[in-house]
Amino acid sequence: MSSLWTLLARDLRLAMREGGAVGTALGFYLLVVAMLPLGLGPDLNLLSRIAPGILWIALLLAALLSLSRMFEIDHEDGSLEIMALSGQPLEAVCAVKALAHWLTTGIPLALLAPLLGILLNLDIAAYGVLVATMLAGTPAISFLGSIGAALTLRTRRGGLLIALLVLPLYVPTLIYGIAAISAALMVPTAFWPSFMILLAISLGSLVLGPIAAAAALRIQMQ
Amino acid sequence: MQLLAENLCVERGGRAVFAGLGFAVASGEALLLTGPNGAGKTTLLRTIAGFLRPRDGEIRLSGGLEDREVGELAHYIGHANGIKATLSVTENLAFWSAFLGEGDRSAHADRVETALDRFNLSDLEDIPAAYLSAGQKRRLGLARLMVAPRPLWLLDEPTVSLDAGSTALLAAIVAEHLAAGGLALAATHIPLGLDTARELRLSAEGAVA
Repeated sequence: MSSLWTLLARDLRLAMREGGAVGTALGFYLLVVAMLPLGLGPDLNLLSRIAPGILWIALLLAALLSLSRMFEIDHEDGSLEIMALSGQPLEAVCAVKALAHWLTTGIPLALLAPLLGILLNLDIAAYGVLVATMLAGTPAISFLGSIGAALTLRTRRGGLLIALLVLPLYVPTLIYGIAAISAALMVPTAFWPSFMILLAISLGSLVLGPIAAAAALRIQMQ
Repeated sequence: MQLLAENLCVERGGRAVFAGLGFAVASGEALLLTGPNGAGKTTLLRTIAGFLRPRDGEIRLSGGLEDREVGELAHYIGHANGIKATLSVTENLAFWSAFLGEGDRSAHADRVETALDRFNLSDLEDIPAAYLSAGQKRRLGLARLMVAPRPLWLLDEPTVSLDAGSTALLAAIVAEHLAAGGLALAATHIPLGLDTARELRLSAEGAVA
């Protein structure tokens, strides 16, 4: 167990030292959202109506950018092979790497979202639920994304392939994330059913993601 | 303990790299794998480590360790060193020590210090690994052997980019490992200077001489 904490601490330290992946994701998120009002024109009602959807979709795309690096760097420098022989289950290693991705990408993106909501004239009542749904939904992005990252490990320019593999898996998260927000804006209590399903998707991916990613990595390392 | 391989056949890309290969290595013994490029030295080491599944035959441990995965008892030193450029020399090794080894914080710190000292990396402790030369990186990769005790060492071209002094140092460390009852398999083009080592020659045709 302490080995896995060590790995998490190392991954977080690397993310802080290198900084590039997190910065790119946040910058991409900011730019996409900032460009939308320029393209759609200054219709505040329209922007307000589509803001939750835009914020969610742009968040998915921004998170995708950094997915390919989840295993790639450790594979290139040989660390992944050493981890595979460490005696720690590879599933646990995958889970820790996905968790590190969530902590360094999912959470910062979710926390940036309300700021970007200002640009889109997001309904004032929606800020709290927006962050809540994003914090509940982003684990699924990292853990399902780990499957795509593992499958495309040895593919040259695998970034686009990851998008094709993983984006369909994000559909339930997207649907229930936005359903929870729009429900909360109409009837506050209607927020819970969608939010619970969103949590269930994240919890399910927490279990299934590492198993599938580890299986893919074993094949990739042959 | 003993590492046994029997009637081993491994395929890469539909072609048998070697077939009918068998050997036994016991505690305190080293086996040098030699042969031209493409003879299957790396393939054999990766098969023993468990990355590749043999088509035929089996690899097992004897001596009370039959139910353990070979890979979990092995250090695999491949072509890559497992080093992060942005971490310092000490941080790199301390991570592997804590991840692979057992013991508390001070035990890890002691082992890291000893290993760095042994591989002449003490002066570079706080330097980010990005600034190391190829040979220094290799030594840092090899220092992993000393921070987590494991009986089986699988060394794939361990002397690449090492100077003569470091090669002799590595040979001495491998000899100590053997004297302490360890096993070592090394794929190499340069004789490691191990007097006791046996040689397993793989040939390019897939046969074993």
